[in-house]
Amino acid sequence: MMAANKKMLDQEPGEIEMLLPWHAAGTLNARDARRVEEALARDPELARQYAVIREEFAETIHLNESLGAPSARAMQKLFAAIDAEPEQKPAMSVRISSGISQFFARLSPRTLAWSASLGAVALLLQAGVIGAVLMRTQQPASFQTASLDMTDRNAPLTRDLGGAAAAPPHLLVRFAPDAKIADINTLLDSYQASIDGARGGLFRVQIGDHAMAKADVAALIGRLQKEKIVSLAVETP
Amino acid sequence: MQVLYGRHHVRVFRFGLRLVRDEQVAEDLISEVFLDVWRQAGKFEGRSAVSTWLLAITRFKALSALRRRKDAELDDEAANAIEDTSDDPETVVQKRDTGDVLRKCLTALSADHREIVDLVYYHEKSVEEVAEIVGIPENTVKTRLFYARKKLAELLKAAGIERGWP
Repeated sequence: MMAANKKMLDQEPGEIEMLLPWHAAGTLNARDARRVEEALARDPELARQYAVIREEFAETIHLNESLGAPSARAMQKLFAAIDAEPEQKPAMSVRISSGISQFFARLSPRTLAWSASLGAVALLLQAGVIGAVLMRTQQPASFQTASLDMTDRNAPLTRDLGGAAAAPPHLLVRFAPDAKIADINTLLDSYQASIDGARGGLFRVQIGDHAMAKADVAALIGRLQKEKIVSLAVETP
Repeated sequence: MQVLYGRHHVRVFRFGLRLVRDEQVAEDLISEVFLDVWRQAGKFEGRSAVSTWLLAITRFKALSALRRRKDAELDDEAANAIEDTSDDPETVVQKRDTGDVLRKCLTALSADHREIVDLVYYHEKSVEEVAEIVGIPENTVKTRLFYARKKLAELLKAAGIERGWP
């Protein structure tokens, strides 16, 4: 086996040989440390060089430790220099948030309380206006032709597009006692259904978001009743 | 800053002192180093250890200080002064203290060699960290330390100490 130690001065050092100082200092990674350990175990020349390195290592630490420590002058000089430094400008975002904080900090507690009350009133007013607008837009889109008159048998009949008939169907469903929540969720998803109430073990379930023909509702109930986790499904009275 | 200073200032001082060989200059160095750290704290990316970052700044500051003081001449003078005492084999043999001679020879190494020996042995820096601090490739780090050790062996041999390597 070729020795890792290249004794000739004019030869390039071996890879493991060059790693010995780091092995002595304990700063090699686990893989390299293992390679060096193995090489040391099989190569006495390398082991001899390693002993020399450990001596250098110890004396370098000894030498550096003997250098002492800086005087307090260095620290005084540093902190005097830091004090003399111009104030560092924080980032724009920090300045803005700091400005907002300072603005509110300047307000008295009474002013702040009044501001909060006014803010709450403004929010309520805003909510009221939005609610009113929504209510107006969600009213049934029913309309009548000017000619509708039930006394006029020959007059054409128009269909009411809104109102109760447009409501999605609601069913009462009882799930099997061993039904898991995950299974119930999967079933509800597959029927585009949502639970909107419960009483005595029965759940009030809305199917979809639009009206369905009676026949479709009946078919849907039939399908539901065949589901393993459903023990009862009936249309709400 | 006080915590950072308290934790690292001695090692920064010693590393700087070994490079500039002047206590006053080394003390000025650590003030400059930590002031730079205070100014540039936001630039520290955390990719390396804080000590590695500090030593890299220290090295840069030390080299700048050496250039300012035309310290190359002083460096030679210091080395010659040490070699003068080491060149006297009788004195060395009388001392019979290999450790003492070894430390003297470590001091007599060139700045490049002193620096790499200190970083690896005293500051316990890995190959990668030394490469980052000194700004040289990792392979150069390994070979530079190898040749620093060879130079050390030569100095020891000249001082009458044979260690069996190389």
